[in-house]
Amino acid sequence: MLTLLILLLMLGGVAAWISGRWSQTWPRWISMGTALLHIIILLVLWVHDLYRTEPGTAWLEETRRVWVPQLGITYHLAIDGLSLLLVLLSNFLGILAIASSWEGIQKRVGFFHFNLMWILAALVGIFEAMDLFLFYFFWELVLVPLYFLIAIWGYENRYYAAIKFFLFTQASGLFLLLAILGLYFAHARATGVYTFNYFDLLGTPIAGGAAFVLMLGFFVAFAVKLPVVPFHTWLPDAHTEAPTAGSVDLAGLVLKIGAYGMIRFIPPLFPQAASEFATFAMILGVIGIIYGAIVAFAQTDLKRLVAYTSISHMGFVLLGIFAWNELALQGAVMVMIAHGLSTGGLFILVGDLQNRLHTRELSRMGGLWAAAPRMGGVGLFLAMATLGLPGLANFVGEIMVLFGVYQANVTLAAIATGGFVVATIYSVWMMQRVYFGPNVHELRLRDSNAREMTIFGAVIAVTVWLGVHPAPVISTAKPALDTLQDYARRPATTVSVRDAAPLERGES
Amino acid sequence: MTGAGVLAILPLIIPSVAAVLLVLLISFWRNHFAAAAITLAGLALAFAATCWRPSTDAQQVTQLLLMDGYAAFFNGLILAAAAATVLIAYGYLRAWGGMPEEYYVLLLLATIGSQVLVASTHLISFFIGLEILSVSLYGLTAYPRTRLVSLEAGVKYLVLAATSAAFLLFGMALVYAELGTMELGEIIRRVTTQPAGLVFSGGLALLVVGIGFKLGLVPFHLWVADVYQGAPAPTTAFIATVSKGAIFALLVRYFVPLNALAGAAQFWMFGVLAIASMFAGNLLALLQNNLKRMLAYSSVAHMGYLLVAFLAGGELAVTAVSFYLVAYFITTLAAFGVIAALSPGQREFESLSDYEALAWRQPWTAAVLSISLFSLAGIPLTAGFIGKFYVIAAGANVRLWALLIILVANSAIGLYYYLRAILVMYRRPAEEQAGPAAGAAPHVAARVVVSVMTVLLLWFGLYPAPLIRLIQRLAAL
Repeated sequence: MLTLLILLLMLGGVAAWISGRWSQTWPRWISMGTALLHIIILLVLWVHDLYRTEPGTAWLEETRRVWVPQLGITYHLAIDGLSLLLVLLSNFLGILAIASSWEGIQKRVGFFHFNLMWILAALVGIFEAMDLFLFYFFWELVLVPLYFLIAIWGYENRYYAAIKFFLFTQASGLFLLLAILGLYFAHARATGVYTFNYFDLLGTPIAGGAAFVLMLGFFVAFAVKLPVVPFHTWLPDAHTEAPTAGSVDLAGLVLKIGAYGMIRFIPPLFPQAASEFATFAMILGVIGIIYGAIVAFAQTDLKRLVAYTSISHMGFVLLGIFAWNELALQGAVMVMIAHGLSTGGLFILVGDLQNRLHTRELSRMGGLWAAAPRMGGVGLFLAMATLGLPGLANFVGEIMVLFGVYQANVTLAAIATGGFVVATIYSVWMMQRVYFGPNVHELRLRDSNAREMTIFGAVIAVTVWLGVHPAPVISTAKPALDTLQDYARRPATTVSVRDAAPLERGES
Repeated sequence: MTGAGVLAILPLIIPSVAAVLLVLLISFWRNHFAAAAITLAGLALAFAATCWRPSTDAQQVTQLLLMDGYAAFFNGLILAAAAATVLIAYGYLRAWGGMPEEYYVLLLLATIGSQVLVASTHLISFFIGLEILSVSLYGLTAYPRTRLVSLEAGVKYLVLAATSAAFLLFGMALVYAELGTMELGEIIRRVTTQPAGLVFSGGLALLVVGIGFKLGLVPFHLWVADVYQGAPAPTTAFIATVSKGAIFALLVRYFVPLNALAGAAQFWMFGVLAIASMFAGNLLALLQNNLKRMLAYSSVAHMGYLLVAFLAGGELAVTAVSFYLVAYFITTLAAFGVIAALSPGQREFESLSDYEALAWRQPWTAAVLSISLFSLAGIPLTAGFIGKFYVIAAGANVRLWALLIILVANSAIGLYYYLRAILVMYRRPAEEQAGPAAGAAPHVAARVVVSVMTVLLLWFGLYPAPLIRLIQRLAAL
């Protein structure tokens, strides 16, 4: 069934592409229909899980097939609460992305929707893959449609941004590949079994130094995607130059695969190394929070500003993951979802503004509230969500992360709190520059139409819902996160690393 | 020679017969279609003879040739690639307009030379195979004799290949002087069991120079870009795949199974060649604005990647190299197939600016070229991804971490120019100043070939298990 879900998206993409030869509208309806069908199936699965009475494992669905037996590669998809939430988020934002480009994209509509659907399919694959080879496969696959999306439909500087994005993420991905292979052979030497299966690789005994190096390989790959501060330079370019749908997918989803990868793989696979590394990673997280916020404040380009706020929010996620206690982890998951919604919404808003004003420069805006009050209201709401107003989803997540981190490291928690202050400054400042003050440029613009208001309405509804009643998300994520914490606690069976012979015929 | 021996070398005899028939035919009836058909029939029959092996045992045919599973696997690969080249060349030569029939004779001869190479067990058969291959390639390269670049490339290849052949011969003589044998297996056994004398080491080094030249490894890569660019695109496809693949197969056959390289001076020699090839190939490819030159330098880098797997040694390395070669053959044939198919008559479609906005004019052709470039870059869904994965796995298995990190860094550099080429194709046509050259409508044969190659690329990229099984059954040493 999980395979069918991914195939559904892929085939939807192909159908959209083909239909694009004859019509501009069909690709939109086809991809929208596919995405809606997909999310309905997922929602059924989710509701079913929420009202599940008997306690079971954390895993809701699983598919396992032999793929390349010679190398011990299995086609293994499985979904737990964490994956389910992120897949739901992907789908929700995917639908928003399709809806937001309904009028903006008029050229090569078929290929555009093909790329959108394949990004979604690859993301769903990443969140569900339980074989490291398969994970890497989807991890690399997601880059290609995203690259096309930026390079073909992006703005002025799109070629530069697209290539930079691809190179950064691909190069880091290759370190992930090396680390996966290192783990694979270490496991084979210890046990004689050649496998890429996540569950088999858990608890692989590796000597301390080697484990640390392998863990770093995973970390670098995920850190580039997240992005953690020294690796973030691709992000503002890619986000700014991408078309609206691309920015939504990037900010809402592609950043999340970095966070997801960290939660799923780093502490469970390398518990010892991860705990040694945790403080350093948390410091990087705090640096990200403060740095992202301060740089965001200094931007004159509205879209770049939003892009830098992502860096700041992802700092909270990194902090939460490496604090590695229940509260912090749940907070991190919550921030991931909330950030996807609010930043996705902001990017759509900026896209709508750009379509009307043909600029993203803050200095060319001002006083738009009077001209377009509905957009102004949406902007105000999203800005408040971004700065973490209590009662909205972001607040829930960030406060949980801070409480969790407080248990682990008081100093860092205290500094991270400063992030709230800076976030307030840039959010309010952004509102001030765009919507308030005199309309010096005498801008006139069409206010949001019904389609746009539906999109924003959906974002606002979910953000408020999760802000007031986050229990469903938390209870869905809990068993998955508990299981992962269990994995990380399980002691490695110590076998000498150099016992087994090297891989000869490749039989698993 | 016994009857069984004759049967075993049928895959070699059939193309030879086809070549003779073709020469006779051409002398009294020139017909392009008939020539291509005979060539294809010969290659197909030889392929069938390769698949149909009376016994699975290795069959030593005289002292010179060993027809075993390994030779059968690479023979099949070479024959299939040659057949694809024929189909690519058919439309290309028709558009060119000269007398095309002899092209196929030369192609058959070059194929036979490569087949001899992968089956050779003796320095003599090694040299004969190599020379049959090289001499045919001079002709194939300079075939459009009214085109100056092709002539220049042909002469350049002739001079440099003759020089490298001299190195090879001298190396062989030195090896023979020290060991008194020309059997390759015996020579390698001596390397591993007893300390090598100076004369012998010198001879071996000269052999490596000769081989390095043929593979286009740095610093013997100077011919690669000019020949790739100057040769007609079908010939370039053939040089890039069959000629290099056959020599690499030979190299792997003798060095890998005996782990002859572990720790030896030769290890460092090949290691340095690998590193230099990866860096120089990728960095030079970055500077190119000509697709054929870019692919030429990228092939230098790919040979470097292959050397990494080769240095890893062991069964895994043999599988990795074989898989990588298959993927590389398919990818390269698809890429040069597109170039050949688009080239209208006298001029080649080779500058990157020719490909401006191709995706909106010929979506299918552009998709094929993009997929093959993605495969060269090692992006998932393509066979190139599995191939690269296999090569890295082979290296990781014996912990060649330094080489692997260099490989990884290089494949990131490589990505840049592959992406640039893809980007050009997907640029919006509105941005261009002048209207782009339209590119020929691809001939149906070329269309079929590149489509088949694309399907294979995706198939082996998604479901490589059967191919790996075949390689492990046949190509195991």
